[in-house]
Amino acid sequence: MAAAPKRVPLPAILLANDLLDGDVVFAVAGANGQLAWTRDPALALVASNDPAAESLEAFAAAEIAGNRVVDAYLVDVTMETGQPVPRHFRERFKTLGPSNRPDLGKQAGDGIDAGQRA
Amino acid sequence: MYRYDEFDERFVRERVAQFRDQVARRLDGSITEDEFKPLRLKNGVYLQLHAYMLRIAIPYGTLSSKQLRQLALIGERYDRGYGHFTTRQNLQFNWPKLRDVPEILDLLADVEMHCIQTSGNCIRNVTADHFAGVAQDEIEDPRPTAELIRQWSSLHPEFDYLPRKFKIAVTGAEHDRAVIKAHDIGLRLRRHPDTHEVSYEVSVGGGLGRTPMIGKVVRDYLPKDDLLAFLEAIMRVYNLEGRRDNKYKARVKILVHEIGVEEFRRRVEEEFARLDGPSVNADPAEVARIAAYFKAPDYEALPAISRVLEATKAANPAFARWVEVNTIPHKAPGYAALTISLKPVGEAPGDATSDQMRLVADLAEQYSQAEIRVTHAQNLVLPYVRQRDLFAIWQRLGEAGLASANIGLITDIISCPGLDYCALATARSIPIAQAIQHRFADDNRQKAIGELNIKISGCINACGHHHVGHIGILGLEKRGIESYQITLGGDATENAAIGEILGPGLAAEDVPDAIERIVNVYLSERAEGESFIENVRRIGLAPFKAAFQEVAHAVA
Repeated sequence: MAAAPKRVPLPAILLANDLLDGDVVFAVAGANGQLAWTRDPALALVASNDPAAESLEAFAAAEIAGNRVVDAYLVDVTMETGQPVPRHFRERFKTLGPSNRPDLGKQAGDGIDAGQRA
Repeated sequence: MYRYDEFDERFVRERVAQFRDQVARRLDGSITEDEFKPLRLKNGVYLQLHAYMLRIAIPYGTLSSKQLRQLALIGERYDRGYGHFTTRQNLQFNWPKLRDVPEILDLLADVEMHCIQTSGNCIRNVTADHFAGVAQDEIEDPRPTAELIRQWSSLHPEFDYLPRKFKIAVTGAEHDRAVIKAHDIGLRLRRHPDTHEVSYEVSVGGGLGRTPMIGKVVRDYLPKDDLLAFLEAIMRVYNLEGRRDNKYKARVKILVHEIGVEEFRRRVEEEFARLDGPSVNADPAEVARIAAYFKAPDYEALPAISRVLEATKAANPAFARWVEVNTIPHKAPGYAALTISLKPVGEAPGDATSDQMRLVADLAEQYSQAEIRVTHAQNLVLPYVRQRDLFAIWQRLGEAGLASANIGLITDIISCPGLDYCALATARSIPIAQAIQHRFADDNRQKAIGELNIKISGCINACGHHHVGHIGILGLEKRGIESYQITLGGDATENAAIGEILGPGLAAEDVPDAIERIVNVYLSERAEGESFIENVRRIGLAPFKAAFQEVAHAVA
């Protein structure tokens, strides 16, 4: 029997790409206690223990099955000034945008509504 | 240029309708991502780091002004106002939305373009010499061959699910500008020494990626009429014997390497003899129909050297330098083939804004028979320019930041998108290219160094052709940071060679210093008139390794 895939070290956030438009999205705690998606990495829900990580994994599986996102996976983060920042440079670029084009991507606020940011 | 007939038109339109339906079924949940992925890839849609990416086929790198304008429009309406020209002579948009892709494909079909077979395990968009039809060293225009292969390979039922992707390049010139030796199949049009008939030299098993190989010749002189049957024989041997158990060993280069070129050749010839050639080879009338589309334009009778050009050059040294570096002699007297650099210092190599695309389309319409070429080095070519028009073109390009005089020089860097965009990348490429460009930005210094090709890839898949760069740079991850491995002595031409690694990987900030040390060895060791790559071949790697080690030790 194959071993269960190893989970990334915690704390971690869940990110994915929106199926329709491809934008990078992050799991966030919704108003009703349910998980939802945000385009703002600063709002990403940080899972610091196994039950929280399992909850993110279950949400990822359901959202993939529900055809709302693709390529969902957990990313290990550190907290910097109260916000989660991926440890690996690849995922940091994914939460920012192209490093040669600061005018594009999340670093430029792309897809992040004022409402969602607040 | 080739124009679609009713069958081409219907084929592309039907494919758009089919993909529209597939997208709708994906969005309503009828098909899963696993089912959809191979379908979207066959239509050029990738999922990258920040968004989807759409790769548009530019067959053998030839575009009309109308097509380039349409690409500009798509970039503006559905993307972020720019596109990226690639080493496969294609164009990629970095930010399309899946929901918009069917609309984009419709707009492409309106100008006889599509994204078919720009990805997936099929025969990919065929590439060719970007100076096809105009280079003085050309024996025959390679584009009728490339177009014939495009038609033959499009949705070829037998070769639609190959062990792995398959790339074909064609050149008709003495000097290889199409990197044919780094392709699964490389075709070179050449004359038979006895019969003087134009035929094909056929190479198989070239490729870059994690296992770089130089293609091996399997036929020295293939009669032109036998092309498709011979290609079919190669594809059958590969399709049957290529390894499907391991994607890293699935390319034809591995098969050729494992069984040896003699055995591969024997199997191909055996299959070729068994095939019913006449039923596979193209009807000569169809070949002639295709070739007619590539007839040379009606050139004006002009003196070989334009007096207007000479006078403007004499009055303007910057313009003279641009003409010297960015144009090549033309088949037709009084004309030039002009390369427009998409490598202004500090910009991402190969990127062009929608406004820049429109300008180039306008210039092509006014001065170059409304035709543009995309080069594998990520630049654009106006192939049919009267020498006397060069000054007006230069002035207008200058206003748009497109008048860099650096073709073939150290700042004319090939770079893949790297980790700034690509989901497969292990490190960034573009910022490395930019840092080197800044270091060597001075025109006089570039000129003093002369021809030097730097090629950068952000992972071992080698889209940036680093193996065949005079200096190659490969971005990897090492212990959680980006690390850059430098190779020397690669060559993308008829003298094709794979570069050798100089030493341990470097941090990004140390790469420009390492390049500078390597260049300084050349400048101090070179003989009169000796180019960088000639110098490397003559003196060997040792002096360069020694200089490189100084940087590596200093930062270790």
